[in-house]
Parts: sequence; C-alpha cells; structure tokens
Amino acid sequence: MLWIAIRMLTGDPQKFYGLLFGIGFSTLLITQQLTIFVNLVERGASGVYNAPEAQVWVMDPVSRTTDVNYAMPSTALDQVRSVPGVEWAVPHIRSAASVRTRNGDLEQVAIIGVDDATLIGLPKNLYVGAKDVLSQPDSVIIDDGGAINMFGADVDPVGERLELNDQRAVIRGIADTIPAFTSTAVLYTKYSRALNYVPGTRNRLSFVLVGVVDGETPENVAAKIEQQTGLKAETRDEFARAGIDFIIQNTGIPTNFGITVVLGFVVGVAIVGLTFSLFIRDNIKQFGALKAIGVTNAKIVRMVGVQAGLVGAVGYSLGVVGTAVFLWSFSGNPFFKGFYIPWQVPLISLVAVILILAITGWLALRSVLSTEPAAVFR
Amino acid sequence: MPAGSPQQSAICARGIVRDFQTGQTTLRVLHGIDTDIRPGEMTYLVGESGSGKTTLISIMCGILWPTQGEVKVFGTDIYKLSDTELVQFRLDNIGFIFQQYNLIPSIDAAANAAVPLIARGMDVASAREQAKVLLDKLNIGDQADKLPRQLSGGQQQRVAIARALVHEPRLVVCDEPTAALDARSGRRVMDLLREVAVAPDRACIIVTHDNRIFDLADRILVLEDGRVTHDGTDMPEDH
Repeated sequence: MLWIAIRMLTGDPQKFYGLLFGIGFSTLLITQQLTIFVNLVERGASGVYNAPEAQVWVMDPVSRTTDVNYAMPSTALDQVRSVPGVEWAVPHIRSAASVRTRNGDLEQVAIIGVDDATLIGLPKNLYVGAKDVLSQPDSVIIDDGGAINMFGADVDPVGERLELNDQRAVIRGIADTIPAFTSTAVLYTKYSRALNYVPGTRNRLSFVLVGVVDGETPENVAAKIEQQTGLKAETRDEFARAGIDFIIQNTGIPTNFGITVVLGFVVGVAIVGLTFSLFIRDNIKQFGALKAIGVTNAKIVRMVGVQAGLVGAVGYSLGVVGTAVFLWSFSGNPFFKGFYIPWQVPLISLVAVILILAITGWLALRSVLSTEPAAVFR
Repeated sequence: MPAGSPQQSAICARGIVRDFQTGQTTLRVLHGIDTDIRPGEMTYLVGESGSGKTTLISIMCGILWPTQGEVKVFGTDIYKLSDTELVQFRLDNIGFIFQQYNLIPSIDAAANAAVPLIARGMDVASAREQAKVLLDKLNIGDQADKLPRQLSGGQQQRVAIARALVHEPRLVVCDEPTAALDARSGRRVMDLLREVAVAPDRACIIVTHDNRIFDLADRILVLEDGRVTHDGTDMPEDH
C-alpha cells in the first residue's frame, strides 16, 4: 500500500511539487536565517578568537566584551603576573580611533595593540606579510575585511599610508581574521605604538592576556586572578560567550531573525497545509474506496505518513542543500567569510519540518479517517 | 429458498433497521428488512432514489452499521466482528464495483486491478501479474499499463470489475454498474459480470434502477420507502 501511496502523491505533479516547494522553502528560510544569525552573533566573539594564544582574559570588572571595555591602570599587568599559575601575561589595548586615508577620507577604525616583544594578541595567520613587519617603523597590519571595506577589493592596501592621531601609520600586512560584528576596519600594531595612535587617557590598558602554566586549568587561574587582584578574569570560552551574549541582549538581531524563522514556519504550514488538504480532498473518493475494499485506518495513516515522509525528506534535503549553495555562492563576499552551517541548525530545521508535516498531515488525515466507507456508494 | 436458513445463504439479513439523524429529526430509512441473498444468483436491488437501496447494500456488505438487526455473510455475523476483523473480512470476502469506478488515477490499470491483493500484502509485481491475467480475461489485457485517464469509460469499468474479482471474493457488490453507459454497453457489462462474477459459491448483488437490464437478473428485490415490496425473478407489473 505504501507503493500506492507514493504513486498517488507523485502522480499529481502539481501538488507534489507544491508540497516540495513548501517544505523546501520553509527549510531554506529557517536554515539560512538561523545560520546567518548564529554566524553573525558568533562574531561577537571574534575579538577573542583572533587572539588565539590567550587562555585567560583579565579586565576591569565593568568590562563586558572585547569592544566594550574600560581601561585599567598599567599596574594591573604586574598584579596579574604575580598570581600563581600564570605562565605569562601581556598587555593588550583595544580602542577606537579616527583615521585619515591618503585621499583625505575619514574612517573609524579599531586599533589593537599587541605585546611588543612576543606579538601575542595578533591573529594566527596573515594573508600578506609576516608578523615581524610590525618591527618596522609605523607599521600596522590591517584585517582582510577592513582592507576591502576601506580600499576596495581591487586595491592592494600594502604600503598605504594613514594618519592616526597626527601620527603616520603604514600598512605592511593583511591579517586573516574572523570578521568582527561591525564592519569597522581593524589595525593591529605594537602596544607601545598603539598608545600613540589612540587619544591619550590616564589608563590605557584594556586587557591583560594570560597563559597558564602546565598542570593548571584556565578556570582555576582565572579564579585566582580575580581573588588576588580584584580584576575580572574570564577564560577564553567564557569571554567568547560573553561577546555573543552581549549582541543577543543588546541588539534587535534575535528578534528580527526570530520573526523570519517563525514566518518560515508559518509559510511552510500554510503552503503545505493547503496543498496537502487539496491533495487529500482530490483523493478522498479513492481513500474511501480503499477503506470500503478493506484497507484499515492504520494502513491509511501509514500511507499518508509515507507521503508526508517523502515530501519531508526531499523538501528538507532541497532546503538544506539550498542553504549550502547559498553560502557557497556568497563565500567570496567578505560579509560571509567563515560562515558555516552549525550541526544544530539543520536539526532545528528538521524538527520544524516534522512539526509542519505532523500538523498538516494530521489536519489532512482527519477528513480521510472520518470518511465513512459507505460514502463511496453515495 | 425461505428466509431463515442462513447456512445456505450468502447474506442473511434479519430485522435491519437504519435511522439517520438530521438535526433534531430521526429519519428511519430501513424498516426491519428480512432477506436472504443466495449464491449462484445475480440479484438486483431495485428502487427509486431515496428508497434505501444504497443504505441496505452498504449494511449488507459491512460498510455501514445498522441501527438494529443482524447481517450474516456466509454465516459470519459481521457486525459482531471488531472493526479490524470487519475490515479484514471485507478484504477477504467482498469485491466492490463502484458507480464512479474510483480508480486511483496515478497507477496503471494492472495496479488498480491489483489493489485488493496489494492490500492483503502481496508484493506489487506478483499482484500486477495476477491482475493482468484477469484483465486479459476481460479483454483489456493490452491496456494493462495505461493510466485510468487513458482508458475509455467502458475500459475503466472493466478495470473496476477486475479489481472487484482479483482476490476471488465470495460476494460481489455492484453499485449502478450501467448508470454511465449506453444500453448496448450496459448489457455488455452485465453479460460480462454474469460470466465472471456469478458462480455457484459466489453471490452477486447489483444495485440499479436501470430498467434496460432488468431482464438479465436471476432475482429482483424491490425496495420502496425502506421496505422490500417485491421479491421475484421479474419486475412487478406496476414498475
């Protein structure tokens, strides 16, 4: 009977493709929007992931993320270095600045000053140049997304001169970074040079980046730092999470994406529900005849279940593949750099598809199950 | 054969009453019908629209519960069976030919004819092969791979007959089999039904009000206002 069920479904191409479209479109909308949402909010943690050596981030107790921070006195560095379990601790400055380009344009940039000696705090890889270019006078390294935003995709920014706080800066490298939540360009330079690039305040130290000795866990060391210095210390994962939470709590992004996801679900229910109901209505006589001949309600339920399952499997696959194709086709766009589909997202879409089919299938089945076999004689 | 000898009847119906509720009103459609349908005969159930013949045939073949009374089909009191047992009983013992054929439009003639076999669990290929043999017998073997919409009305009727007989049921129930056919085609279908559906161990009931085929009946039951008013080999004079 399941073979008959599948033939009944595929034998009506208009409705079959309508159902596939409904499920596929819903899956695409839900998967794609959730994927963009997850990747976008994860960018709240990009500042943490772009400094891969740091196991613990130490900051003023009021600091919340890499971008929302309150500077500490420089003595904080020595305080942290004195905590047992700390293998190394280096200064890290993150601040906003205005930059004037060679054309005279004014741009907002983020300045990140990394430890002069070890260069800890730089992204792991560079597209152009090497980390030691920062030893050259006035050197800065620009992030890849920022380079395109500031100069365009066709211009090589290496060698470009910038004016920062009346100081000269020369771009000598391009970093391969995880893009930030905002499209602001990021300039990496040495800590001592960064102090000259950002307007002066009494306290300049944004963070202290810490590595822990072998045999210690970052959690333990962070707790010790907090206890001994009164500063806030978070492990890499905790601080990354804080960046993500900050975006979720302080922007309308979850609401906007949530609305789109809900709309995807509603559109799915509407299209699939309507098409499924039409399909069942068109075949109600046949279902009635099958019931009269001797097909049990349980078999009818299985038949409709197989029809829903086929539509769900094909439609869901199309939707997920559509999302992958979408991301692949935009992979050259800096906005989508590093975008991936987290495994949880297709799972959520699958649950949504199952719910859509369960709701619409149940609605459609009600009319079949309530049809009396005797109706075929009327 | 007198009523009341169920062991020799294909269908033994006793005291069949059926009420329908329409709002606050209860409408009695059948008023205590007693009748027997004998195997080896082509029995016509005749009556005007609203006489209760569709209700009676539905009750006799186990697809509509009577308000009162009992129906024994080949000795089995079918309304004492559980729902599942009743469905299985229909699948094993009854073949249906519907007025509108109710063929599944997206499967070919052979598969349509094979539906009862597939419903009984036979694999599709074997069921189609078995159905093709019957389609050959009905002279539409060459149409076995065609979809219903590619067949004429008469050919669809034959597929419906094949579907009713493919699992060799002991009772064949036909609803207005000639209603959509001209006189010549109608007689041809009835001849065909007599040839394939009437057997010593099989009963065939035909619901009809087509007076062009009354002469082909072995027995005619006339229903008027929910009561059997005539039981004989010919139609009464006043009809």
